Amino acid sequence: MATGNTIRIKAKAKSDTVEVKSLISHPMETGLRKDSSTNELIPAHFIQELTAELNGKIVMTAYWGIAISKNPYVSFEIKGGKKGDTVRLTWTDNKGESDSLAVKVH
Amino acid sequence: MPNQDRRTFLKQTLTTGTMGVAWAGGFLVPDALLAAWPKEVFSAKDVPTVLKNLYGTEVVADSAAIQIKAPEIAENGAVVPISIETSLDNVTQIAIFAAVNPLPLAADFRLTDSMLPSISTRIKMNKTGEVVAVVKAGGTLYSASKQIKVTIGGCGG
Repeated sequence: MATGNTIRIKAKAKSDTVEVKSLISHPMETGLRKDSSTNELIPAHFIQELTAELNGKIVMTAYWGIAISKNPYVSFEIKGGKKGDTVRLTWTDNKGESDSLAVKVH
Repeated sequence: MPNQDRRTFLKQTLTTGTMGVAWAGGFLVPDALLAAWPKEVFSAKDVPTVLKNLYGTEVVADSAAIQIKAPEIAENGAVVPISIETSLDNVTQIAIFAAVNPLPLAADFRLTDSMLPSISTRIKMNKTGEVVAVVKAGGTLYSASKQIKVTIGGCGG
């Protein structure tokens, strides 16, 4: 089950939007790198999908490729949110692993 | 939105518990859960092919209404901060390309009307080249690009 341990979210109410900033712990391995000791390719391991929800409703779905940096950072603004609302982020990677975290807007 | 339908389907299936049965039965592979991730788009090796696969056309109009904020010189190609913002209305999609990467499409953000058309993230660039933003607004495609000098490439070992 999702622990939320890989996700950090700051969700801050601005005048008429909610600003969301998030950092996710993930190797984002491209599958194109070689292990320098064995000279073998390191298997790809990267987040493919990230969804953002405001109060249970999906506001954004992001599809990612291997070019998103290790430990991804993403920030965006949701219209119409306010203090006390719930923002949830959920990611799924190419191995079928996933995590999800919800925070209150402050 | 097809993706939303899929989510709803997943949630309903999970609630009724049939998903557990499906997993136990072994006829649902993880790939089936990721069906929405557009593999053919992310594995395309040049920008025109990505555009064709993603939008069905290679023709995208340049627009001054899209701003790309990024450093002119990125010392570390593994972490290049990129912000895309636009004054265009009814934006439903923002895609970010690193044109010189072996697989150029970095990200494809699908926005509902609850989102401001403003996204920041960090990408890898394997060498000096253009970052391209393609914005779909009111069903029309617009793009902007910015040259970024990369001192140390961020895709190799």
